[in-house]
Amino acid sequence: MSRIDKRFAELRAQQRAALVPFITAGDPAPEVTVPLMHAMVAAGADIIELGVPFSDPMAEGPAIQRACERALEHHVSLHDVLAMVQRFRADDDSTPVVVMGYLNPVEVMGYETFAAAAAAAGVDGALTVDLPPEEADAYIRALRESHVDTIFLLAPTTSDARIERICGASSGFVYYVSLRGVTGAAHLDLTEVADKLAQIRSHTDAPVGVGFGIHTAAVAAQVAQLADAVIVGSAIVKRIEALAGEPERIPAEVGAFIRELREAITSTTKMTNAINE
Amino acid sequence: MGAYALPDAGGHFGIYGGSFVAETLMEPLAELRVAYKQYLRDPEFLKVLDEDLRQYVGRPSPLYFAARLTETWGGARIYLKREDLNHTGAHKINNTVGQALLAQRLGKTRIIAETGAGQHGVATATVAARLGLECVVYMGAEDIKRQAINVYRMRLLGADVIAVESGSSTLKDALNEAMRDWVTNVDDTFYIIGTVAGPDPYPAMVRDLQAVIGREAREQILTQEGRLPDALVACVGGGSNAIGLFYPFLEDEAVALHGVEAAGEGLDTGHHAAPLCAGKPGVLHGNRTYLMEDQDGQIIHTHSISAGLDYPGVGPEHAWLRDSGRATYVAVTDDEALAAFHELTRVEGILPALESSHALAYTSKLARDLGRDGVIIVNLSGRGDKDVHTIAEREGIEI
Repeated sequence: MSRIDKRFAELRAQQRAALVPFITAGDPAPEVTVPLMHAMVAAGADIIELGVPFSDPMAEGPAIQRACERALEHHVSLHDVLAMVQRFRADDDSTPVVVMGYLNPVEVMGYETFAAAAAAAGVDGALTVDLPPEEADAYIRALRESHVDTIFLLAPTTSDARIERICGASSGFVYYVSLRGVTGAAHLDLTEVADKLAQIRSHTDAPVGVGFGIHTAAVAAQVAQLADAVIVGSAIVKRIEALAGEPERIPAEVGAFIRELREAITSTTKMTNAINE
Repeated sequence: MGAYALPDAGGHFGIYGGSFVAETLMEPLAELRVAYKQYLRDPEFLKVLDEDLRQYVGRPSPLYFAARLTETWGGARIYLKREDLNHTGAHKINNTVGQALLAQRLGKTRIIAETGAGQHGVATATVAARLGLECVVYMGAEDIKRQAINVYRMRLLGADVIAVESGSSTLKDALNEAMRDWVTNVDDTFYIIGTVAGPDPYPAMVRDLQAVIGREAREQILTQEGRLPDALVACVGGGSNAIGLFYPFLEDEAVALHGVEAAGEGLDTGHHAAPLCAGKPGVLHGNRTYLMEDQDGQIIHTHSISAGLDYPGVGPEHAWLRDSGRATYVAVTDDEALAAFHELTRVEGILPALESSHALAYTSKLARDLGRDGVIIVNLSGRGDKDVHTIAEREGIEI
């Protein structure tokens, strides 16, 4: 059983949604990332989503764009990100790590090389933002062969036919982009999220994560009632940005925010489970 | 080569093109694909478009025989396709007129666009003003400094020009920001991309709207010379004016197609914008194509004296035409383009855009190679008035 499947099985038993923090690898400096990953796990993160910096992150709002720019000042490459996961794995063999980024660095590395290197480093899943399943046959083949999960995005605009196709291409979990907009936008509509999740669940039994626009513990708790995983990115990245000048404080400060999110999520029973069971 | 039928159903030109975007845009792109295929075959729509091109843009543009330039260069007979005489001064409006009509048919009330030199931004603001649509133009903060007059023109036309400060603050970043706007406002907004790049259907749609250049040129040269030309020459940034000229000649195999990229300070200096000559295939802005990138797959800064060519990618159809050998791509430096700018200005009384000057600079070599029996059509894609400040500054002249 993969780390991701195992983690979701544990969470199902606890009737709790996963807390999935996102950080950009190498932000604000490469040496911060691995200690920060451990600090997030200690504070209650269930899965870590690690952003691969890219020069042209089209789906990101300003906070994660700037995180990419800070990381790229240190020339953090996809190779470097995989090396960070490998170092993280030396002390943590159970927390799933998903790398999230854009296709071009993966294209340059080559799908097979990427898949093998990711698996060897201990990466559990990959989410490539600008790669829809329509263009992903060779990529999916390569990652499947290396037992790395392929996570694809679903959006408010996704039709029934494409939900079916995307769920078919996905493994591990599917990621629902909860709003029309970029990461860190501010207009999450919980009713729309609930409706869309019901529609998605009519196509798949896979866990459904929800991200984009979850800024506070209160919203995280509300989303946790609907989703199997709550993904928080920009709100964390903004805290990192505020401490970019004193990076030694980042693990503790981000850890405190993760704890707050985790408490809020833990205090809510998942509505779906309550209904299902 | 058999009948040319690219792109395929998925928007691919061989391995190039496609739709590499975040999920939110997949349905809007599908909707656009259907609309584009429907309307660009609809006689009613085409009648309106044709009327606009004649009465508003001023088409057909002349195919001008440049007698003195031909004499000066001492080789092939040179014809200039005068896209500089279009309304707003460049070929860009052929595309914006068509896409704005599509936007109207789709019931969209808000138009967005990216722009580099400002020519596409002006052409978009112009058609938005005419149709009474809200218009937002994204422009790199660096380009806003370089192209103050075009920024003011857009504002006069009622457009909201937004400075993009992210990344290198140039055209590629403006495109990123326009995509972000589109993702956010996808229900009421139509994104008018200015070149033959981006996700499917943009490369094919913009090509089809710009192909009026080549259709006219083909008819005009047959009338004026009684035969097809030996070669076509056009500058290539994203590549819309080049595709517009080339496309109707693709199956005329005797007609050589030459695309001219910006070599900037020289291909060996790394300061250039010539992905087809010196880049590698990759994925950016929704399509697979040749890119200027580093060994990690990050997009690198480009340089050209011409803001309209200063872009790290290129339309996917050019990538395919390059690999298939149907077209050849060369690069011309800033200095060579400037020399050609002055030459045309002095011997023909036409100020070409710095972009088009790249095509002219290569034509001076090609004309000699082809000799006096040869016939060349150069796409004079825009007029140079917008560039006089850049040129004066470079030559140390205060205006």
